[in-house]
Amino acid sequence: MNTPEPFLGATSHTPVRHHILSVMVENKAGVLARVAGLFARRGFNIYSLAVAPAETKARFSRITIVVDAESAPLEQIVEQLDKLVNVVAISDIAPKDALERELLLATIKTNVDSRTSLLDVVGSSGAAIVDVDAGSVTLMLAGTPAACDELERELENYTTVELHRTGRVALPRLGKVALAAVPD
Amino acid sequence: MQLTGAQALIKSLEMEGVEVIFGLPGGAILPVYDPLIDSSIRHVLVRHEQGAGHMAEGYALATGRPGVAMVTSGPGATNIVTPIGNAHMDSTPLVVITGQVSSAAIGTDAFQECDITGITMGITKHNFLVKSAHEIPRAVAAAFHIATTGRPGPVLVDIPKDIAQSTMEWWYPESIDELDLPGYHPVVELDADRVNQAIELIRAAERPVLYVGGGTLKSHASAQLLAFAERTGMPVVTTLMARGAFPDSHPQHLGMPGMHGMYSAVTAIQKSDLLISLGARFDDRVTGKIPAFAPNAKIIHVDIDKAEFNKVRRADVAIRSNVAAVLEAWDAQQASPQNLDVWWKEIDAWREAYPLVYDEPTDETLLRPQFVVESIARAAAPGTIVTSGVGQHQMWASQFWKFEEPGTWVNSGGAGTMGFGVPAAIGAKAGRPDRVVWCIDGDGCFQMTAQELVTARSEGIPIKVAILNNAYLGMVRQWQEMFYDERYSEVYLSPDLPDYVKWAEAMGCVGLRATNIEEMHAAIATANSINDVPVVIDFRTDSSEKVFPMVAAGASNDDIMVHPLQRESK
Repeated sequence: MNTPEPFLGATSHTPVRHHILSVMVENKAGVLARVAGLFARRGFNIYSLAVAPAETKARFSRITIVVDAESAPLEQIVEQLDKLVNVVAISDIAPKDALERELLLATIKTNVDSRTSLLDVVGSSGAAIVDVDAGSVTLMLAGTPAACDELERELENYTTVELHRTGRVALPRLGKVALAAVPD
Repeated sequence: MQLTGAQALIKSLEMEGVEVIFGLPGGAILPVYDPLIDSSIRHVLVRHEQGAGHMAEGYALATGRPGVAMVTSGPGATNIVTPIGNAHMDSTPLVVITGQVSSAAIGTDAFQECDITGITMGITKHNFLVKSAHEIPRAVAAAFHIATTGRPGPVLVDIPKDIAQSTMEWWYPESIDELDLPGYHPVVELDADRVNQAIELIRAAERPVLYVGGGTLKSHASAQLLAFAERTGMPVVTTLMARGAFPDSHPQHLGMPGMHGMYSAVTAIQKSDLLISLGARFDDRVTGKIPAFAPNAKIIHVDIDKAEFNKVRRADVAIRSNVAAVLEAWDAQQASPQNLDVWWKEIDAWREAYPLVYDEPTDETLLRPQFVVESIARAAAPGTIVTSGVGQHQMWASQFWKFEEPGTWVNSGGAGTMGFGVPAAIGAKAGRPDRVVWCIDGDGCFQMTAQELVTARSEGIPIKVAILNNAYLGMVRQWQEMFYDERYSEVYLSPDLPDYVKWAEAMGCVGLRATNIEEMHAAIATANSINDVPVVIDFRTDSSEKVFPMVAAGASNDDIMVHPLQRESK
């Protein structure tokens, strides 16, 4: 994946103007490469990408792609994606209509001095401790991208060993146009 | 009935009505070549896999049926990448079968392994890596369905050797519902609202132009186009990919638009108030500088592929449909523009002032290439199919040949693949053996793929090849003359090396040479009298000849350069 540099805000991990494409595809080998390749061939940046089987039917997967709206003429991307034989449906979710969530996992070095304040950060951010040993803590936050951004900023005061985010998945808010249904 | 995967593949091709495969065997595809011996399908053994691909394209463009090519893995597969890319650019229906190393060896850098589905991902409409013999019938049926429906294109089916050797219980999909293509919906219902919105624009138009693209040929809409054009009286232009979709002899036909288009066709588009695009895609070779293209025209864009809408030029009305259905709908509602008398007066003035011209043929110089094309055309039987390579000769062929019916012009438009002409001619002739097939070629193009003359001779496919031999990569030379201060960099080829007559003879063909007008007419007559073996004529042409009219790359169509003979009057 490309560096997100060109379209990042000063502190945020979210593109200044982004689009969320929820793409339902056949769950077959090579489909992700076809989708990603289409973006790459046109020089479009993918900011984040998350893939998993859709609902309970393993025949289809949903790919949630966040793209920078400045770098890519969205109409062309959507039309070109739609031409891929393995792409079943595409939903373009406007950020204001979207429920976006992602997961952050981080392992932080701790000592006697820092552990208490780190636990405060965990508590106030809604994160959870998922692993602990004598010198470090692994914590997890499932939340909005903004909440993950905020936690990441807080963690800058500590020594981070590893930090990883999943990239977001999204659903339309209730009352907004729903995603395309999974075919039978 | 138990069959091997290889037998199932051949039987599947038979089920799809395939009459000829262009191909060349090799290790990974070996199992498939065995049952081919017992098949009714003709196989044309090529000398290079690129030839197989272009032959399949020529077959498809001349017959309207999908072309089929079959090659082995690794270099066999990579050698056919150029024709696949070419077919992708020109929306030509093609099914390409490639052998692949055995499933267990995939990913091990095995001998003659390559990731051909990965390589061709961006230049196929779709491709398949078949993972079991049971899946072969579905993959083949799906390949033909995808290649030929919607916007046509190339589909590749990659078959590992062990899959071809394993066995399956024979079956064949009975309907497209069994093809397992939940994301593929090539046909949509015609949007009546948009049809009517377009009719409103048509009724208001005073200076309309029918901008006819290759999609009109692909949707077999020539009859509907003729009916609509004659009823409405609108002028027609046919792009390089649409030559033959509307008769060149028709008084409403202004000819080809674009970089080397007719002055009247280019200018009519520029001055139009309504441009009706029928299966065209606003290619840069047609539009020139995009902001200056047809600046006052409203756009009706008809295309089966909605990704073409608003890609280059925003449409006022975009209608997703095949061309024929829209024209029929408009005709049913008697959609007609305003009185076009004033418009035609303007157009006729352009036609009269700037017809296609070239310098007087003379024996003081080498042959005028335009005169050679015209002379071949005049002596050709009606319905002759013309193929070409890419470059000056291609433009002269498109300009000076008069095309009267679909499937008679076979060329490489979008990709601009040099060397397309000879193998495409072989494919066209294999598909239409009743027709005379001329390849108008350049000396540069000829040298790229003319080993396939061996194929033509050995398979009994008697094509005729006219080399417009100006001893240069002529179009590049033209640009260097006009835009690079006559600094000719790496464009000289020599008229005598190779000796094209000996080349032809060495490959079992008749070779002729013409250096003056008398020899030219004699050679054409001789070629026309030979119908059992391929003929190659080496026409020695004047290298200083350039293609006009011309709109320089990136320039506005308003800045069209006419032939020097016409410049004082402009």
